[in-house]
Amino acid sequence: MTELSDHKVAPKVAQKSRLRVFLDSDIYYTFRRSPIAVISTIVVTILILSAVFAPLIAPTNPFNPASLNLMNGFTPPMAPNAFTGESFILGTDDQGRDVFSTILYGMRISLFVGVAAVLFAMVLGITLGLISGYVGGWTETIIMRVADVQLTFPSILVAMLIFGIAKGITPIEYRDQMAIWVLIIAIGLSDWVQFARVVRGATLVEKRKEYVEAARLIGRKPYAIMLRHILPNVLSPVLVIATISLALAIIAEATLSFLGVGAPPTQPSLGTLIRIGQGFLFSGEWWILLFPALTLLTLALSVNLLGDWLRDALNPRLR
Amino acid sequence: MKPTSALTLVAVLMATAAPLSAETLRWARSGDALTLDPHAQNEGPTHTIRHQMYEPLIIRDMTGAFEPALATDWAPSADDPNVWVFNLREGVTFHDGAAFTAEDVVFSFDRALQPNSDMKELIGSITEVRAVDDFTVEIVTDGPNPILPSNLTNLFMMDKDWTEANNTVAVQDFEGGEITFATTNANGTGPYVLQSREPDVKTVMVRNENYWGIDQFPMEVTEIVYTPIQNAATRVAAMLSGEIDFLQDMPVQDLERVNAVDGLVVKQAPQNRVIFFGMNQGADDIEADNVDGANPLADVRVRRAMSMAINRDAIRQVVMRGQSEPAGMIAPPFVNGWTAEMDAESSTDVEGAKALLAEAGYADGFSIRLDCPNDRYINDEGICQAAVGMLGQIGVTVNLDAKPKAQHFPLIADGKTDFYMLGWGVPTYDSEYIFNFLVHGRESDIGTWNGTGYDNDELDAMIASLASNTDLEARNADIASIWRVVQDEQLYIPIHHQVLNWGMSESVGIEVDPEDQPKIKYFTMN
Repeated sequence: MTELSDHKVAPKVAQKSRLRVFLDSDIYYTFRRSPIAVISTIVVTILILSAVFAPLIAPTNPFNPASLNLMNGFTPPMAPNAFTGESFILGTDDQGRDVFSTILYGMRISLFVGVAAVLFAMVLGITLGLISGYVGGWTETIIMRVADVQLTFPSILVAMLIFGIAKGITPIEYRDQMAIWVLIIAIGLSDWVQFARVVRGATLVEKRKEYVEAARLIGRKPYAIMLRHILPNVLSPVLVIATISLALAIIAEATLSFLGVGAPPTQPSLGTLIRIGQGFLFSGEWWILLFPALTLLTLALSVNLLGDWLRDALNPRLR
Repeated sequence: MKPTSALTLVAVLMATAAPLSAETLRWARSGDALTLDPHAQNEGPTHTIRHQMYEPLIIRDMTGAFEPALATDWAPSADDPNVWVFNLREGVTFHDGAAFTAEDVVFSFDRALQPNSDMKELIGSITEVRAVDDFTVEIVTDGPNPILPSNLTNLFMMDKDWTEANNTVAVQDFEGGEITFATTNANGTGPYVLQSREPDVKTVMVRNENYWGIDQFPMEVTEIVYTPIQNAATRVAAMLSGEIDFLQDMPVQDLERVNAVDGLVVKQAPQNRVIFFGMNQGADDIEADNVDGANPLADVRVRRAMSMAINRDAIRQVVMRGQSEPAGMIAPPFVNGWTAEMDAESSTDVEGAKALLAEAGYADGFSIRLDCPNDRYINDEGICQAAVGMLGQIGVTVNLDAKPKAQHFPLIADGKTDFYMLGWGVPTYDSEYIFNFLVHGRESDIGTWNGTGYDNDELDAMIASLASNTDLEARNADIASIWRVVQDEQLYIPIHHQVLNWGMSESVGIEVDPEDQPKIKYFTMN
């Protein structure tokens, strides 16, 4: 079928709206039949929305120093503070910040870093995977051997290494502003290999197919063939990896921040909050640690479950 | 061999083994010694580790009183008021077996006066150290110096031959990142011998069986295993699970928890140390702020306003959980020159602070970076975070940069920070020590920890005259007037005096030392 006839036929057949097409699709059908997928989608949506709209939802802005009162420190959940009489849903931390608000703002940082890192890893991995799969030869050997070497290190180590180097070369006055971007690059760079390998594998299969041969015969340039013809056909496994990587990236960010090398205390992510709370476990101020930890758990778990479901749904052999 | 003789052998072995029963002290605190080089880095935890292996001429015992160490007695010379005579202990050997003599003392003083030495402020008045004979040393100062002995309690003696043989005569350039033989090896005369050292991981020392005082002190610990644990919760977990016997830098939130455990006890005492913020007020423009072409910290009204924004009672109650005493001056109450009146001079007044800032032309505030250590003082990072909030209330936006002390201290020493936290303990128990390091204008051999850029020639002359002022009354009057200037200029923002808490297993017998300097030779174990 040529592109021309495609255009002629399509409007007649596709009377249905895009939404209708989606609702009638196999994907939506399996989605509706999987309670886990539905619940985790709802949970993820709620969490993302509350992170995005944190400034509207949060009772206080925990990062506006002018609104803080140190005397509110260590207030237990739902109980009035002994000095100020104020009370907070989830209590306050050691600096008198409302834990509920810090979680909302912390989740923003966690989600932003996670999503941006996965996007970065995706772009990098897809590009390198496509090139090495399509071009082959030395280019492929070099790219894939680098990927193999990187796979032998735990990705958190790679991220720490990159973070350490970046911290060393950024001027001290920009370090706080840069920390988030460095985190994104560090996690992204430690995560691209998965994408590259999958895309390369799929490209190797696709490039021998007739539509690619045809495109080559009519003289399309290699980059056009890679982007316009092969890429759309290798995207579904990428989508699955991206979802699972998102959960991993959120956890990686939390791990780095927990170790004290990630988000600075002035822009705390969930990991930073857990690190702060961990200091007060023995003294009985459990809420400072527990609530951010539960939030991180819920977020990572539901994204992960969603990824699992997506993998099953998109893989016909598992159906 | 007949069974009976085998049994006898076992019995004999057991009998001989019993008195040698090994007592290992597993000791932890938040940070490691920065270096082992005896004259690089004048820093508390670093001195504490050195004190186990090296010795000065005079030490302070665990109550803070003078005790003869490598010198048996000392007195001003009868002939010359500018000379102190020290009689050295005889029969002392270094860990490598070399004899300790006057030659080593002369060598060590010369070494401590080198430009890279961090101990030179303490002995800046010394013009010559000469060996009269093998066990007598005369120290010549540039004027009569009545308090010289109290400046020598952290000045460690090295073996001349060992130092020369290992190419380590030059003091390590710590700020420059240099590593020499002496930074990771030690050869002192002290009660414990270095067995192994991995910086920031573990340091093991064993009892020096040839120590001169082995019969004089308890010396019940045969092996010391020192492990720095930066994370407060991990530190307490290690104590609770019995992995360590002795813990300095006990997190204030966990005192009750540890005390409640059978077999563990927390001992408490006020510490000879004050915590404060320093501000670069000498420069025309500073790098850490957002004000171009001017330095807000150069205006005393701004400095005063920042001090007024700090609510020291709130820090005491919430961050320190009562384990501190709010301060109004940067001298601990142990120190000659401290007065209760000046120590009460800090007050909190947010509205007044805002008015002062407006008067100085910063009604809209400004932003500045605060450099803070996170493994040195009790809750150092928490105090800085609290200060960020409090300064924010008067419109000063503070960006906090907290980092380990090994990276923090060089910033102050190299003048690369404009707003920083520092704590100061005073081993000499005299204000002159504070002035020499923190108030005197920064020169190569004095004022080296004065990161404020403050330089007042008149005051410097007064500080310099303190060392040779033998009229104690006049000297104290000078000290009081120097303090008056420091207070009026708001040179620093005092925060509080620390209260020390040492956690230990009940088998460890020791009382808390106000200098936070446990000397393990005084420990008993049962």
